[in-house]
Amino acid sequence: MADPKKRIEQVERVAIRFAGDSGDGMQLTGTKFTESTALAGNDLSTFPDFPAEIRAPAGSLAGVSGFQIQFSSEDIRTPADEPDVLVALNPAALHANIEDLRPGGMVILNSDAFSGKNLERAGYDGDPLPALEDRFRVVQIPLTALNREALKDLKLSTREKDRCKNFFMLGLMYWLYNRPMDSTLRWLESKFRGDVFEANQRVLKAGLHFGETTELFPVSFSVPKAKIQPGTYRNITGNQALAWGIIAAGVQLDRPIFLGAYPITPASDVLHELARYRHFGVKTFQAEDEIAAASSTIGAAFAGQLAVCTTSGPGLILKQEALGLAIMTELPVVVVDVQRAGPSTGMPTKTEQADLLLALYGRNSDSPMPVLAPCTPGDCFTIMIEAFQIAVKYMTPVTVLSDGYLANSSEPWLIPEVDTLPRSKIRYHEDPTDFLPYQRDQDTLARPWAIPGTKGLEHRIGGLESEVDTGTVSYVPENHEQMVQLRAAKVARIAQDIPAIEVNGADTGELLLVGWGGTYGAISTAVNEAREDGLDVSSVHLRHLNPFPSNLGDVLSRFRQVLVPELNTGQLSRVLRAEFLVPAESLSKVQGQPFKVNEIRARIDLMLGAGS
Amino acid sequence: MAATAPLKAKDFVSDLDVRWCPGCGDYSILKNIQKVMPELGVPKENVVFVSGIGCSSRFPYYMNTFGFHTIHGRAPAFATGIRISRPELSVWVVTGDGDGLSIGGNHLIHTIRRNLNLQILLFNNRVYGLTKGQYSPTSREGMLSKSSPQGSIDHPIDPIALALAAGATFVARTIDVNAPHLQEMLHRAHAHEGTAFIEILQNCPVYNDNEWHELEDRKTRVSSALALANGEPLVFGPMGNRKGIRIHDGVPSIISLADGDDPISHGVATHNEAHHSASYAFALASMARPDFPVPIGVIRAVEKPTYEAMLQTQIDQALEQRGPGDLAKLLHSGDTWTVE
Repeated sequence: MADPKKRIEQVERVAIRFAGDSGDGMQLTGTKFTESTALAGNDLSTFPDFPAEIRAPAGSLAGVSGFQIQFSSEDIRTPADEPDVLVALNPAALHANIEDLRPGGMVILNSDAFSGKNLERAGYDGDPLPALEDRFRVVQIPLTALNREALKDLKLSTREKDRCKNFFMLGLMYWLYNRPMDSTLRWLESKFRGDVFEANQRVLKAGLHFGETTELFPVSFSVPKAKIQPGTYRNITGNQALAWGIIAAGVQLDRPIFLGAYPITPASDVLHELARYRHFGVKTFQAEDEIAAASSTIGAAFAGQLAVCTTSGPGLILKQEALGLAIMTELPVVVVDVQRAGPSTGMPTKTEQADLLLALYGRNSDSPMPVLAPCTPGDCFTIMIEAFQIAVKYMTPVTVLSDGYLANSSEPWLIPEVDTLPRSKIRYHEDPTDFLPYQRDQDTLARPWAIPGTKGLEHRIGGLESEVDTGTVSYVPENHEQMVQLRAAKVARIAQDIPAIEVNGADTGELLLVGWGGTYGAISTAVNEAREDGLDVSSVHLRHLNPFPSNLGDVLSRFRQVLVPELNTGQLSRVLRAEFLVPAESLSKVQGQPFKVNEIRARIDLMLGAGS
Repeated sequence: MAATAPLKAKDFVSDLDVRWCPGCGDYSILKNIQKVMPELGVPKENVVFVSGIGCSSRFPYYMNTFGFHTIHGRAPAFATGIRISRPELSVWVVTGDGDGLSIGGNHLIHTIRRNLNLQILLFNNRVYGLTKGQYSPTSREGMLSKSSPQGSIDHPIDPIALALAAGATFVARTIDVNAPHLQEMLHRAHAHEGTAFIEILQNCPVYNDNEWHELEDRKTRVSSALALANGEPLVFGPMGNRKGIRIHDGVPSIISLADGDDPISHGVATHNEAHHSASYAFALASMARPDFPVPIGVIRAVEKPTYEAMLQTQIDQALEQRGPGDLAKLLHSGDTWTVE
């Protein structure tokens, strides 16, 4: 594919950030480059970063949309702290992103966009390029002109032609990194017809050809295939994995799925995806508000369905009253919070993990809630299956805390063998003999799931306190205390099904990092690099926040210092301190951005008195 | 299937002592619903009562069926989840003027709008009973209550008009102590395919006694209630003081009729439950004391596809076009690659 006269340099890893105006198609460009990279066999991790508004003023800083991908021949878990290459389609994209580029990195920009008005809108006073040329390798491409030239004989308006320039750039980047373009061509064929199809595929090839022939790029790069576990892979985002995990849970437990949802960033995609699967027995219900979404979901559970609702922080808080009822009536529902920066409306498209205390304690009175959190995009699939299993086995709601970063980030995912997914049978209670609605299973303390339509089992449940075993409304003082304790004991029993937490590194030592959720990649990378440098540091990553794995206390006690990096002001650290009386320290970042590996590494070095 | 003995009213009586106040209209409603249930031909185990919070919402505890006492205002949403999941169940929502029209207004509107095939019984006593006597969204202006010692300054809303505005396909009004009428409305509601909304005027003897006295009392109700019958003229009042309702430009007016007069030839409107225009029903809904008699009976009954039926059509279409879902195929769809 690359010009044989030009040298191909092999590199181990590359991070590229595509940035442009919201209307420039950067998310699409990044996604297509990612698919191609996945198919080329690299390990990868992506990070899309886009504004909340549908369309900010063209060329403004507020409208800059970015997509970062790191790909490698080795195992990688983050999209990289700093990109090696910045592709900037306009001055605002340059201005918003240039300081993140690693020193000496390459910036490829559309020189045609660097005109007076655009520079002004981007907040530049005059031409920024001469100053940047000292610090970075600046490559100026007259992208708009080249793109229009390639399309000159097509009957499209100038605007329509300009809209294709992101694919010209994509073609160029395919050449620069020796990526195959087949998957993108296949996609274009499936999506477009006529002149629009012709235009896009033409500029894609023109961009590649430009790379082959221009003197601006004397060398192209290749990143060898990564050595990963044999099997069949696909690229997957967290939200996609989450949606499919829900379907898989339905197949596994052999029951129809009910999803109650209200559109909310960044969770809406899960509703969109599942709405397409009526033929899988999935009924999606777009409710009038978050509360109706939760209530209808709990109604579905009452009726015997596998019931789930998806939301983000501002929705989770609205659902708490309904969840309290689900806890009181001991019904199995799964609630997914794809966390975003708050409080209140916050920053809808920016990531954060600050709903932990809400999930744990957000209802009135003592209302114990099991909480799980996936750690990678692919884990969003696995965790949903686990969440439903717990909900149904223990007759309890379960909250799953994902986040905006995992939701939109992608990675190669080893497709599980469907036949090997463990199947479970749901047992509805059917025998009316001596039936008591709140009589508990000895092992799980769960009450029976006795659903409408079952002859002889007619009974009433509700949010008022119930008498032990019978479920009759009761105000007896000792009964209330006993029920409060039983509900708590039932949730605590879940620990018997949680595997022991495994330590990454030595079992005992000076410093232990404890993480949860989407920080897995950054934390494990930082800890592994520190260990390679001989530092005494280990880490654990929690997927279960309530109950904790039963050996967690023991693990914590075997380290002198404990550090909890979190994208909040210290929520897990607070809980660990309370529950285990360990002086856990917090590394907080609340910028709506994931951790950089070096931010965590710097703190490790500081705590160990190491590093320069 | 083994032959089972026909159901009786007492089969629907639960073993819990009823705890409404003596004289509460809810006793009568309960008794009449227990009488009607066995007549509906629905297996008892398929009946579900869903309520919110309030005196009205204690209802499920006294019915020996499946029951779900949920949270304030949200019963229609729970009921929606039940109906979508299990359309073979017979679902009855019990709510009140506070539960259904204050905190629950939004869910009521949307459930009606979607035309879920269920029944919504709203017990309207024009006060918050369970919380001991605050004014409600249907209380009259100026009502003195615990939270309005100088009189309510709220303008009330009319439940019938709200249901119509939400696009209700079946709207009726009845009275707690008028047993034959209430039973007839329950039968009509159950037979209706779609959301059947019934406002039941109910007396709260402790906090708002005699709010509906005129309509409950046999002597006065002939003048203060307009009994609707499909295809019959809108006439009310005793012999010697007969009156009729004319509707012109959507606005009702009252005319007097001599005993021998033919109402139709005097321009009195004929009741049409299935009038193609909801404006007619809105005209009825606008009629309120003291200027007009209160219409009772079925105000509107039209046919529109139910949510469940339309959902099932989509499910059938999806199955036909794509076949039953195959998880392995789904996970492997799109671009994949294999590492040896």
